[in-house]
Amino acid sequence: MTRKRSIWVTLALIAYFVFLALPLLWMLSMSFKTNTEILTTRSLIPQTFTFDNYMEILTTPEWRNSFLVSLTYVGINMIITLVVSLPAAYAFSRYSFLGDNHLFFWLLTNRMAPGAVFLLPYFQLYSAINLFDTPYAVALAHTLFSIPLAIWILEGFMSGIPKAIDETAYVDGYSFFAFFRKIFMPLIGPGIGVAAFFSFLFSWVELLMARTLTGTVAKPISVTLSRSLGAEGWDWGVIAAAGVLMIIPGAILIYFVRNYLAKGFALGRV
Amino acid sequence: MKIRDNKAWFFVLPALLVMGINAFVPFITVINYSVLDIFRGLPAIWVGLENYQVVLGDNLFRGAVVRQVQFSFLILLIQIPLGVAIALALPKKGWTATASLVALGFPLLIPYNIVGIIWRVFTRADLGLVPLIFNFFGYEYNLAQNSVDAYWTVVAMDVWHWTSLVVLLAYAGLNAIPDAYYQAAEIDGASPWRTFLYVTLPRLRSVLTIAVLLRFMDSFRIYTEVFLLTGGGPGTSTTFLSDVLVRKAVISFDIGYSAAMSLIYFYFILIISYIFFLVLTSIGTGDSNQPPSG
Repeated sequence: MTRKRSIWVTLALIAYFVFLALPLLWMLSMSFKTNTEILTTRSLIPQTFTFDNYMEILTTPEWRNSFLVSLTYVGINMIITLVVSLPAAYAFSRYSFLGDNHLFFWLLTNRMAPGAVFLLPYFQLYSAINLFDTPYAVALAHTLFSIPLAIWILEGFMSGIPKAIDETAYVDGYSFFAFFRKIFMPLIGPGIGVAAFFSFLFSWVELLMARTLTGTVAKPISVTLSRSLGAEGWDWGVIAAAGVLMIIPGAILIYFVRNYLAKGFALGRV
Repeated sequence: MKIRDNKAWFFVLPALLVMGINAFVPFITVINYSVLDIFRGLPAIWVGLENYQVVLGDNLFRGAVVRQVQFSFLILLIQIPLGVAIALALPKKGWTATASLVALGFPLLIPYNIVGIIWRVFTRADLGLVPLIFNFFGYEYNLAQNSVDAYWTVVAMDVWHWTSLVVLLAYAGLNAIPDAYYQAAEIDGASPWRTFLYVTLPRLRSVLTIAVLLRFMDSFRIYTEVFLLTGGGPGTSTTFLSDVLVRKAVISFDIGYSAAMSLIYFYFILIISYIFFLVLTSIGTGDSNQPPSG
């Protein structure tokens, strides 16, 4: 697509990015301030520049452990999601079967349950199967959001691959699994990257379930963070520093999937 | 054409098993709660549909429903067109494209409670930047006392937080449109606006369906950020449905009542989402899957 970009389009775009950047810069600036300064002065540039907030997060074992726990359940969630979503998405993209359309929509309805009340049965369920206070509990609970989205996204990429490829592979004597692993998966690589990114995203920022399903051992970041919202008042600087640090893993992931986004996908089924 | 084969169910089965544990057990438990009267320490009493009747007659709940529907539709009306516009304006390659995509992801990656807290400082009358900007233009902005300010700040926060999601989806959708479509439109002498309307938009239908559904569902359940930013006030101006629900479930510990409310809430989202799904999947399907002719 080659069009002349008018100066107004560029200016409007820059305006949006300024709007996007301001709260982020405010957070960044807070993360380098002392709590006293945050609560008494209004400036973007910290006057008494401090690394204490970052040091508290990076040096306390509790914080380090929390980052590890969060990364663990997000990782497990991504693996489970991709393993079960790939075949499901393949079925939706290649076959029509009894109830397929309803099932496709039903998948997404699992996102709709409002938190507060539904959390109690989750706590009971995961206590009953002895997974309470482990990263597995959070990872499994988060699949409720990530699997539907992954199936929708992967199905879109798969529908973009002509069916003739499947048939040619079978004629050439490939078994289904060999075909899927050696030919099909590399072709939808971008889709796997994008689906992995969205699985990461929603699991990484979800707080309520992560908090409900963990206790003292597997504390996710959100729980450790709520200590900073504790009785002695909010630890603003540490909260801001945690926000800055939490962006980093996801930003790296976006950097890697950016080309796939730029290559484009147009979900197929709907 | 797709092959009709019910054996495809076997491919879907692993996903259904994993989700089934999470989806069915809690759902049935909540249905069970909703027909009981539960108080701590006392045996639960069967009350049939009484909880539902009480919820539907509750003025706090009704007010929150109206506010919630308005809010979610407003969010869609702003975020979907804005997201598509930004996706159209974004650079297509080079370091500026990379930088924009990564920067757009930032707000998405911050946990909801940190988003709320940052915006709280960002908009506080004595500490934030937002009041300073408004004061510069001669407007006395006060989040804590003026309900109009509070409402639009929540809207701005959500636009800041989630428009990126629409942009990323729309951007990926735009890049999947083959150049041949645009060349054909150019040869036909179509204006940019008509090209957008008849070439671009129909090809974006699928990604926009998912964007609309995700944004609708998630904005309808908004809680943490608003709670930390405004606490639902001033008055009830930013008290959305989840807030009412949490007050009932956690603070008054009225499980039967709040379970009934949860289910009404759930079906509300379900019905509206299904209407969106039906409408968005049926409009403009005529030729969107055909290769360009000529």
